[in-house]
Amino acid sequence: MPRLHASAGFGALLALLLIIGFGAWRYDGFISEYNILTVLRYNSMFALVGLGMCFVIMTGGIDLSVGSVAALSSVVAAYLSPYGLIPGLLGGLAAGVAAGTINGFIISKMKILPFIATLATMLAASGVALLLSNQQSVPASYDTNFMALGQGDFALYAPDWVNGEDAGFFGAVIRIFLGFPIPAWIALFAYLLGSLILNRTAFGRHVLAVGGGEEASRLMGLPTDRTIFLVYVMSGLLAGMAGVILAAQFGAGQPIEGIGWELFAIASVVVGGTLLTGGKGSVGATLVGTLLLGILFTVLNFENGMGWISLSAYWQSVLRGGFLFVVVILQSRLTRSTAAA
Amino acid sequence: MSSTTQNAPSPVPGSVGSPPRGGIASLLSRRHIGTIAALIALLIFNFIFTPHFATMQTLSVNLTQVCVIVIVGVGMTMVIATGGIDLSVGSIMAIAGAFAPQIFQGMLFPVPNLYVGIALAIVMSITIAGFFGLFNGWLVSSFRVQPIIATLILYIAGRGIAQVWTNGDLQVFKVPEFQQIAIGRVFGVPFQVWIMLALVLIAAWALQRTVFGRQVLAVGGNEQAARLAGIPVRRVKRLVYVISGVCSGIAGLIVIAMNSAADANLIGMGIELDVIAAVAVGGTLLSGGRATIIGTLLGALIIQLVRYTLLANGVPDAAALVVKAGLIVLAVWLQRQDRA
Amino acid sequence: MATQDMAVAEPFLSMQGINKSFGNIPALIGASLEVREGEVMALIGQNGAGKSTMIKVLNGFSRKDAGTITVNGAPWAATSPEMAQRGGISTIFQEINLIPFRSVTENIYLGREIKTRFGLLDLKAMQAGARALLAEFDIDVDVRRPLGEFSTAIQQMVAIARAVSFEARLVIMDEPTSSLDDTEVGVLFETIRRLKAKRVAVVFVSHKLDELYAVCDRVTVMRDGRTVAVSTMAEMTKLQLVATMLGRDLAEVRRAGATAFTEGSRAIGEELLSVRDLGVGRRVRDASLSVRRGEIVGLAGLLGAGRTETARAIFGADPHEKGSIRFQGKETDFAAPADAIQAGIGFCSEDRKHEGIIPGMSVRENLTLALLPALSRAGIVDEGRQREIVLRFIKEIGIKCSSPEQKIRELSGGNQQKVLLARWLCMNPKLLILDEPTRGIDVGAKAEIQRLIRKLADDGLGVLMISSEIEEIVEGSDRVFVLRDGKMTAEFDGEAITEPAVMDAMAHAHGEVA
Repeated sequence: MPRLHASAGFGALLALLLIIGFGAWRYDGFISEYNILTVLRYNSMFALVGLGMCFVIMTGGIDLSVGSVAALSSVVAAYLSPYGLIPGLLGGLAAGVAAGTINGFIISKMKILPFIATLATMLAASGVALLLSNQQSVPASYDTNFMALGQGDFALYAPDWVNGEDAGFFGAVIRIFLGFPIPAWIALFAYLLGSLILNRTAFGRHVLAVGGGEEASRLMGLPTDRTIFLVYVMSGLLAGMAGVILAAQFGAGQPIEGIGWELFAIASVVVGGTLLTGGKGSVGATLVGTLLLGILFTVLNFENGMGWISLSAYWQSVLRGGFLFVVVILQSRLTRSTAAA
Repeated sequence: MSSTTQNAPSPVPGSVGSPPRGGIASLLSRRHIGTIAALIALLIFNFIFTPHFATMQTLSVNLTQVCVIVIVGVGMTMVIATGGIDLSVGSIMAIAGAFAPQIFQGMLFPVPNLYVGIALAIVMSITIAGFFGLFNGWLVSSFRVQPIIATLILYIAGRGIAQVWTNGDLQVFKVPEFQQIAIGRVFGVPFQVWIMLALVLIAAWALQRTVFGRQVLAVGGNEQAARLAGIPVRRVKRLVYVISGVCSGIAGLIVIAMNSAADANLIGMGIELDVIAAVAVGGTLLSGGRATIIGTLLGALIIQLVRYTLLANGVPDAAALVVKAGLIVLAVWLQRQDRA
Repeated sequence: MATQDMAVAEPFLSMQGINKSFGNIPALIGASLEVREGEVMALIGQNGAGKSTMIKVLNGFSRKDAGTITVNGAPWAATSPEMAQRGGISTIFQEINLIPFRSVTENIYLGREIKTRFGLLDLKAMQAGARALLAEFDIDVDVRRPLGEFSTAIQQMVAIARAVSFEARLVIMDEPTSSLDDTEVGVLFETIRRLKAKRVAVVFVSHKLDELYAVCDRVTVMRDGRTVAVSTMAEMTKLQLVATMLGRDLAEVRRAGATAFTEGSRAIGEELLSVRDLGVGRRVRDASLSVRRGEIVGLAGLLGAGRTETARAIFGADPHEKGSIRFQGKETDFAAPADAIQAGIGFCSEDRKHEGIIPGMSVRENLTLALLPALSRAGIVDEGRQREIVLRFIKEIGIKCSSPEQKIRELSGGNQQKVLLARWLCMNPKLLILDEPTRGIDVGAKAEIQRLIRKLADDGLGVLMISSEIEEIVEGSDRVFVLRDGKMTAEFDGEAITEPAVMDAMAHAHGEVA
C-alpha cells in the first residue's frame, strides 16, 4: 500500500533532494554540521505539528488550533520548568491534550465542522495563553535541565576520538549522530511511531477509513467518533510537544508565537501529497513536506547571506506561496490524470 | 407556515403556503430571530450595566469596529454559500491598501490633480483586488483545488507581495479628501458605515432575488445537480471569489483611510478569522447552500458587542477571545440543532 | 453457535409492536417481523412503507420508540451497527457501503483486523483471508488494490462477502442486486443458498419480484409503517404481492398491467437526435442511436454497458473522444450541459440524490433551476411568473407537497422525480433523456411517471429512456437500442420489441470481454 501514494510523496522527495543538492552546490557551509543541526532543531517543531495535522487531515478534518495550542503549551511549560524537565514537559503536553480533547469533543460529539471548531479553539487557546502570561513571554528556568528539550544533544557522550582531527568520515557520522538535537530525536521518534500507528494498527486503518467515507465507516461498525476524537487529541498532544520544545529552544514561553503554524503545517501535509479530503495519506511524505518547506527557507537565508541579489525577507512569503502554488497545480494535474485512468 | 403580506400579488388559485415576499422586509427572515434576540439582549444588558453606553460615541465606535469585518464578510458569505472559503482576504486588503496611497500620491505615475488621483486610486486598487480574487476563483474552478488550499496560497504570498511592493515601509499620508471614505460623516454616521450598509443591502437583495444569487446557493447546495441543470458552475465560483476580492479591496482602502497610513504588515492581519466567525454566528451554513448576508452583519455586531461589553466591564481582551470562541461554537451548535 | 435441535417454532428474530416516529411523522406503527433460522425472508413495500426504518431499528442505527425485539429468545438492544454486527446481525446497505480509497482487504477486515502478538496488523494473514473469502464467491481480484478501482458489481460483492464473513447469524440485504448483472445475481443467489445451508437467516429487500420468487422462502409485506401480510412465497402470486403492497383491489391492479405504459399514438415526426460511432473513455466504444420527435426510444443494456455514459456525453456532461452527435440536423458538440439545455435537451440523472435535487432548496427553486435565466430580466428573477409556473406544474403532474416552499428533501422519491421532470418540462424541451426514471420509486408513483412520459411523447417530445427494468423498456419504447460493452449491438422497432429478443441482445456473448 505505501507504494501507491508514495508516487505523490516521491515528487516531494525529489524536490527536497534537488533543493539540498542546489544548496550544497551554491553555498559554502550549507552541508556544514552547524547548518544541518540548526535546520533539524528548528524544524522539529513544525514536523511534530505537521504529523498531527497529517492524521487529522487523513480523517478529512482540519486543525487550525495547532499554532496557538503550541503557544499555550510553551507558556505552561515555561511556568513549570523551574520544577524540572518532567513537570515542564508533562505540563506542556497536558495543555496540548486538553485543547485536543476540547476539539475532539466539539467535533465528534457536537458534530460541528472541524474547520469552525478548531478556529474557536485557536482563539480560546490564544486567549488563555495571553491571560496566563499576562501578554508577555514567560522566561523558562535555566536552573533545571528543561532547556535540554529544545537545545540539548548527546554530544557529551561522544568518545574522544570522533572529535579528533583524524576522526575521518565515520567519526564525523558518529559525531553528527550524537550531536543530533534532542528535539529532532523527539520528532524522529514521533514519526516512526506515527508511521507504525498508521500502517500497522487498526486505529491507523480506521483513520483512513473514516477519511475515505465517514458514513460508510459508521455503517461498517467502526468507532468513527472515537477515531475522530483521538486524532484531535493526538494533534493536540503533538502541538503541545512542539510548544514544550518552543519554550526550551527559545528559553521562554511564547504566548504570541504560533501564528500561521497551522497553515504552514497544512502546506507541508499537502506538499507531501496527502489528500485534503481525507482517506489517503502518508506520514513519511509529510516529513518530507515539512523539510522541503523548511529547507526552502534556509536556502533563502543563504541567498540573502550571499548578498548577491539581496532578497528582502518579504520575498520569502511570496516564494513560499509560489511554491505552494506549483505543488497544488501539479497535484491537481496528477490526481486528475489518475482519476481519469 | 401560511402567511401573506400586502406586498405579494394576489395568490394564484390553489396556492398554498407562503409565497416569497417582496421588499426589504423579506430579507429578514424568521431564521434571524434568534440572532436578533441575542443582539437585543446584549443591548439591554449594556443599557443597564455599561456606563455611557447610550451615546453616539459608543455607537460610532462599535459600528466602525464592525465595518471592515462586515464588508469583507459580504464577500465571504457569498464564497461560503458556494461551499468555499477565502483565507486570503486579509492579504488582499493589504495589497489594495499598499497600492492606493502610491497612486493618489502620484508615486507610480503622474496624476493631474488630487481628485483624479483619488478616483484612480480607488478604482485601480479595487480592480487589482478583484483580479487577485479572480486568481483564487481560477484555482478553485479550473483546477478544482480545495478552496482552503487555493486561498492559502494568496494568504501566504499576497501579504508578501504588498510588503515587497512597499519594501515593508509604513506609508504615512495626510489626504483628508481620501480619508472621507472612512471618517467623513453623513447624518452624523461615519461614511464607512453607509458603505457597509449599502453593500449589505445590495448583496442580501442580490442573493435572494437575482439569478446569480440563486445560482450561488444552488452550487453550494449540490454542485453536481447544479451543473446538470445548466448552471455555469465555474463562472459562478470564479465570480464569488472576485466579489470577495473586491470587498476585501474596499475594506483595505477603508483601513488605510482610518489610519491615515498604510502598513502592509498589518492591514487586515488575521481578519479572516473574525470574518468567518461573524459569518458562522450569523447563521450561514459553513458547508454551503444556505447563506444570509444580514445574518453576517448581525453576527459581526454580536461578536463586537460582546467584546465591547466585556472590555467596558473590566474584562481583559484576552478573555474576550475565549468568550468569542465559545460564542462561535454555541452559534454553530444551535444552527445544527435547528436543522435536526 | 446455534444448535440443530433448537425448537423450530421459535423464530431466530422476532420484532413485535415496533413504533418509531421522526418528529411528528410516524414511520412505524406497531410493525412486526419474524425470521426463522436458515430462512430467507423477503421484506417488501412501497417507498415510505417503513422497510428501511425497520432495518435501521434492528441494526441499531435508529432507536425504536416502543416494541420488543428478541434474537434467539433473548432481548436485543443493539445501539449501533457495530454492536449489531458483533451480535451476529450484519447489514448490507443500499448505497454507501465501503470505502473506495482503501484496499479490498481493508474493506473486508475493517473493524475486526487480524493482529499479531504485538497488537500490530497482520497484513499477510488478512490478505490471505480476503483472497480465500472472495474465492468462495468466485471473485479473483488483487486484494491489495483500492476498492474504487473495481466495478460497482465487484464492490457490491465485496460488501456481501464482508457481511457474510462476520459469522453473521442474520444478514440483511437492502436491494443487493440493484447494481449486479445477471451472472452476478446468480452468484449472489448461490451465496444466499449457501448461507441457508449454514442455518443463517437472510432478510432480503428488493423491488424486483422475480428475484423474490427465485430466492426467498417467505415474504413480509409492509405498508404505511405497518406489517400487512406475512406469507410463504408459494402462497402468494405476484399480483397478490403488488396488490397487498399498494393496498388495492386485485382486479384494479390487473387492469393496470405490469407498467403504466400504453401504446403510443405513433405520430412520430422527423429525426431529432442522431448519434454516430460515439466513443467515451473506456466505457463507450461505438455507440450509435437516433431519436425522432414524438417517440420513446429505449436504451437497454446490462450494468456497465455504457448507457449512462452515452447519455451524459450527448448532454455535454462529459466530453466524448470520437463520433458525431447531430441534434435537429446540426452537428453539435456541447461543451457543457448549459449548451445542451440551450439547444432544447433535458436530462434526468439516475442518481437523484447526488445529481438531481438541491436538497436544501424548495420545490419552487428546484423546479425552476434551469429556467431561471429565462425567468429573469436583467438578472432579476420575476417571482410572479416563477410562482405561476411552479403552481401550474405542481397541479398538472400532481406533485404532492405541502407548498411550493417545502424543501425538496422532505418529498418522497416519486415526487422528487416529478419535480425534476417538471424542471425540464417547463423549459419546453425537444428531447428529454431519462436515466432510470422510475428507479427507487414506489409502484404508485412509478405508474404515474410512466403515464406522464408516454403523454409527453404523444405530445411530440422525443424521449431517450434508459432503464434496467426490462418490462419498462419493452412496454414503454417505440424503438429500442441495445448497448453491450460500449457497443450498439441491436435495434428493435415496433412488434420486434419483445422481452426475449431484447434480453438476448443484452446478454448475448456475455463474458466475452473480461
